[in-house]
Amino acid sequence: MRSYRILFGVLGVVLVLVCVVSACVGAVKISITELWAIICFRLGLISTTQYTPSQEAVLLNIRLPRVVLGALVGATLAISGSTIQALFRNPLAEPGLIGISSGASLFAVIMIVLEARFFNFMSAIFGYYALPIAAFVGACLTTLMVYRLAVRYDSRADIATLLMAGIAMNALAGAITGLLTYLSTDEQLRNITFWTLGSLGGASWKTVVAILPFVAVSIVALPFLSKSLNALALGEAQAGHMGINVSLLKRTTIVLATMGVGASVAVSGMIGFVGLVIPHILRMAFSADNRLVVPGSALVGAAVLVLADLVARTIVTPAELPIGILTAIIGTPIFIYIIAVERRKFRVG
Amino acid sequence: MIEVRNLSYSIGSKKLLRNINFNVQSGDLLTVIGANGAGKSTLLKLLAGELQASEGDILIRQKSIATYKLNSLARFRSVLAQSNTITVSFKVNEIVMMGRYVHFESSPTDEDIRIVHAAMQQTGVLDLAYRDYNTLSGGEQQRVQLARVIAQIYDQPNGVLFLDEPTTGLDLLYQQQILSVARELADRGYCVVSILHDINFASRYADKVLILKDGHRVAFGTPNEVINIHNIQNAFNIRVRLLRDSESDTPLVIPATILSDLE
Repeated sequence: MRSYRILFGVLGVVLVLVCVVSACVGAVKISITELWAIICFRLGLISTTQYTPSQEAVLLNIRLPRVVLGALVGATLAISGSTIQALFRNPLAEPGLIGISSGASLFAVIMIVLEARFFNFMSAIFGYYALPIAAFVGACLTTLMVYRLAVRYDSRADIATLLMAGIAMNALAGAITGLLTYLSTDEQLRNITFWTLGSLGGASWKTVVAILPFVAVSIVALPFLSKSLNALALGEAQAGHMGINVSLLKRTTIVLATMGVGASVAVSGMIGFVGLVIPHILRMAFSADNRLVVPGSALVGAAVLVLADLVARTIVTPAELPIGILTAIIGTPIFIYIIAVERRKFRVG
Repeated sequence: MIEVRNLSYSIGSKKLLRNINFNVQSGDLLTVIGANGAGKSTLLKLLAGELQASEGDILIRQKSIATYKLNSLARFRSVLAQSNTITVSFKVNEIVMMGRYVHFESSPTDEDIRIVHAAMQQTGVLDLAYRDYNTLSGGEQQRVQLARVIAQIYDQPNGVLFLDEPTTGLDLLYQQQILSVARELADRGYCVVSILHDINFASRYADKVLILKDGHRVAFGTPNEVINIHNIQNAFNIRVRLLRDSESDTPLVIPATILSDLE
C-alpha cells in the first residue's frame, strides 16, 4: 500500500506539471515566472505586476478553466472506465460500450436540434446545469434500459447479455443521432459535430461549475469501491461468498460512473479511448489491483486529457482539432497493441 | 455446527431438493455424492447462502442462515465454487489476499499477510506467489483458489468450508493433494462439506457421506455404513462390485455394468 501512495504522489506531480505547461503554451505565450506572478498577485502575495493584462485575462478566463475542465473530464472518463471494466469483469469494457456515452450524447443532440421551448424551459430552471442534466438523464436512461434487459429474475446481471444489450443501445442511439443530423440546419450540424467528435473548446468557469458536483462525487467515491471490485473479478457468486453485497456494489458503480460520464459528455462531447486505454496501461505497467488502478486512472486520465487538449488546440493553429479525433488516433494503436499482448499472454495459459 | 432440517428447494413446479435432513459437526469432513442432476450443487448453493430454501431451514452455529449478514457469514465460512475463471490478470498472492478482504478495511495487517503466506504454503503454491493467475495450469489455479478460501477462515476456530467438486478436471496427484488438505482442515476442527464425483475418494477421506438421487436423500452416514452395493446402484444406476481397501479399511467401488431400465 505504501508503494501505491508513492506512485500516486509521482502521478500527482506529473499532473501538476502537465497542467502548468498547458496553461503556459498557446497563441498568447505565458512564461512560468509570469504564471507564478499572476497567481501570486491574485492571491495577494505580491503587489507588483510584471505581465501584460492580456496575459492575465487569457490565463484566468481561457486557459485555466480549460485545463481544469480537461483534468476533470479526463479523470472522470478514466476512473469510470476502470470501474466499469472491473464491474463487467472485462478489460475491454468502457462507458461507451454499455451505452452511457451514446445515451448522453443522444440527449444532448436532441436538445440542440429540437432547441425548442423545452430546452429554454429547462435552461430557465437549471441554468447552466441544463445540458449536463439532460446528458446525465440520457446516460442514466440508456444504462437503466441496458441493465434491465440484462438483469435476471434473481437480480443478478448476466455480463454477456449486458454487453449485447449495450451494443444494441449504441446502435439505436447512433441511428437516432444520425437521423437528427440529417434533419438539422448547418449551424446545428456544427454543434452536433462538437458532440460526436468531442472538444474542450466550450470551457469556461461556468462549464467547470456546471459539472463539478457530478464529477467530484464520482472521482471521490469510486476509489472506495476498489477492494470490492477486486473481489468481483473472481465472479459474482465468489464475491458474495466473500461477504460482498454484489447487487449493491453493481448499482453504486453504475450510478456513480453514469453520473460522471454523463456530465463529462455534456460539456465535452464524446471523447473516446480515455476510459478504455488508461486503466489498461496502469494494469499492464503495475498491477491489476483496483486500489491502484482506480485512483491511478483518475490521475493519469486527467494528465493525458490535459496534454491531448494542449496538442489539439496548438497543432493546427489558428484552428482547433476536435480532441476526440486525437484520442482516437493515439488510442487505437495502443488498444490494438493491448489486444495483441493479451492474446499472447492467454495463449501461454 | 451445520444442521439441515427438512430442506426443500424448487424452481417453479420443479422440485430440485426434497426434504433433506442431516447434521455435520466441527472436525467432520462430509462429502456429498450422487449422479449428475441429483441436486448436489443446489444443496451447496443453499448451504452457501446463494439460494434461499423453499421449505425447511439450514442452521449454522445454531442460527438460521437467513438471519446472517453476508459479511458476518463470510468471516467464518468460505466457499470454493466450481469454475473460477478470471479475465483480469491478478497475481497469485493478490488473489489469495482477497480471501482476507472481509477481515480488513483498506490495508491488510501483518497478520493477514502472514495468513496468506501460510495458506499458500499449505496448498503448495508459495513458489507461484508472484505469477499471473492466468498463466497457471488448471491444477495450480485450483490450489490457488483453495489457498484463498483457506485464508478467508484461517484464523477462525470452527470455521466452515464448502467445496464444490474441488477435484474436477485435475490429475490424480492434485486430486489427492486437495483432498488431503481438506482432511487436514477437518482434523484441525473445521467443518468441511465437499461435493465429490469420485466415490472412492469420498470413501477414503470422508467422515460422513450424503448420497443424493433426484433431490432425495438416499443415505447419510459413515462411509462404511452407506457405501454399499444397494445404495450405489440405486443412486448411480450402475451395477458395481465392492472391495475393501485393506490399508484404510474403507469400501472400494468398482463399476461393473450399466443397469438396464427393466431391472
